[in-house]
Amino acid sequence: MNSVLKLILDGEALDTAQIGKILGLGAEAVDRELAALRKQGVLLGMRPVLNPSYESEHRVRAVIEIKIRTEGVGGFDGIAERISSFEQVESCYLMSGGYDLLVVVTADNLYKVAGFVHERLARIDGVQGTSTHFFLRAYKKEGFIVEAEGSRRDQPSVSP
Amino acid sequence: MDSSGRFVARHVATLPKSGIRDFFAIVSKMKDAVSLGIGEPDFVTPYHIREAAISSLEKGRTSYTDNRGTQQFREEVSRYVAKHYGPEYDPETEILGTIGVSEALDILLRATLNPGDKVLYHEPCYVSYAPSVALCHAEAIPIRTVSADQFALDPAALRAAWQPGCKLLVLNFPTNPTGGTADRAKLEAIAKFAIEKDLLVASDEIYSELTFEGDHVSIASLPGMRERTVFLHGFSKAFAMTGFRIGYACGPAAVIDGMLKVHQYGIMCAPIMSQEAAVEALRNGRDSMLHMRDKYRERRDFIVRRFNELGLRCHLPRGAFYAFPDITSTGMDSMTFAQKLLEQQKVAMVPGTAFGAAGAGFCRASFSTSYEKIHEAGERIARFLDTLPRR
Repeated sequence: MNSVLKLILDGEALDTAQIGKILGLGAEAVDRELAALRKQGVLLGMRPVLNPSYESEHRVRAVIEIKIRTEGVGGFDGIAERISSFEQVESCYLMSGGYDLLVVVTADNLYKVAGFVHERLARIDGVQGTSTHFFLRAYKKEGFIVEAEGSRRDQPSVSP
Repeated sequence: MDSSGRFVARHVATLPKSGIRDFFAIVSKMKDAVSLGIGEPDFVTPYHIREAAISSLEKGRTSYTDNRGTQQFREEVSRYVAKHYGPEYDPETEILGTIGVSEALDILLRATLNPGDKVLYHEPCYVSYAPSVALCHAEAIPIRTVSADQFALDPAALRAAWQPGCKLLVLNFPTNPTGGTADRAKLEAIAKFAIEKDLLVASDEIYSELTFEGDHVSIASLPGMRERTVFLHGFSKAFAMTGFRIGYACGPAAVIDGMLKVHQYGIMCAPIMSQEAAVEALRNGRDSMLHMRDKYRERRDFIVRRFNELGLRCHLPRGAFYAFPDITSTGMDSMTFAQKLLEQQKVAMVPGTAFGAAGAGFCRASFSTSYEKIHEAGERIARFLDTLPRR
């Protein structure tokens, strides 16, 4: 794997200058690598991972299972791409199993999520049914444990 | 201070305190300190190993075990040691489960040393070797290892240090704090000498899985050595299980039997849940261990390059997770350097002298920590060095 990508995926908060120093490359070389990864479509973007309790002061998140009918509406892709284009939609996946699309949405409040489901999703030709689940609390997000209570609190800071 | 000191035995009263304790006291009170002083993995024990311990508790397995450890534990140890190190040990008579290598070494010394016996060991080394020997009313004889030799033990230095009365040789490869290792040729020369002088060898191989350069060779696997070597190993470093306090000793039956006597009166047995977690580590922990080893190697390469860029000459440690830079270019001794660095830039490194006189002029920096911390420590050390008069 690309060494820059490997380091980013480790999840440490490092800027390009730090990454450059660690890999012995220099910040410009790291920027070039990142640009190349974007151009190749490998790296779609980089966002901070926020503690959900901070986010939820302002936002609610829900996961919506969607069943779709594909006849006469252009197949899965057409519908999935249409749903993905809504700004409320954070992620959209085609799934195997009891439903077809899994959509994660964020909105300012519960009513806005409800409005999105009723007024947007349900009106799309081909959407047969939805089932909406609200996130209540996060324990782990994007590989980071949320609020691990001082798991290493008693570890000595110097030891033999 | 109360007056109860008069009750403390002379040989304990005169024992120096570990040089690491003073640093710990300062760093633990300091805010924003970056510590490169932690001598344990920064990984949490792999989940499947933790789960084995949880499962042990859930099943209500909370009793004592056989003094030597459970049958299953000893059998797994026997298989693992044979597969990765060579020698085959009988789980019935030649393997003993202990509270880490620390206990294993302690009971080995107590089971084998008579007052006045002499013990050879290479320095710089883990902090407990010489004090543990002193607690047995025996005499510890250091053999200096040097940076030019990447802190491997020179068989000629061993021969020069030997004197009548030497009974035991303690080896630790890869070495804490230097990352020194010993290749087959060196070990063969050491083995030959041990046979010539009829020495018992205690081989502390706690860091052996964390060997980055070449293959680790155990002296116990060399011809004529199995019958005079006690192989000491544990789970703390390779499997990130320091808090489980679990290790083992493998060796000739009569010596293990002597150790068992000390162990059964002093300890009884290692905790059963730790033994069960250890079994899981031996059976299924290899992938997690290799993953952690790769991470250590990457961090090693960074920290060693950084020290050298900063003008602190640093050899490439071949194993363990410590860099051991030479700080003599600053004109300071190890303790002064470590103290000033801590006071002025809040970076904790352990002075080399904490690991014996041969560590003078060096400091130990653990790279078992995040890139972010190593990077930050590097920046702070650079600022610290900038404040020093040009030499």
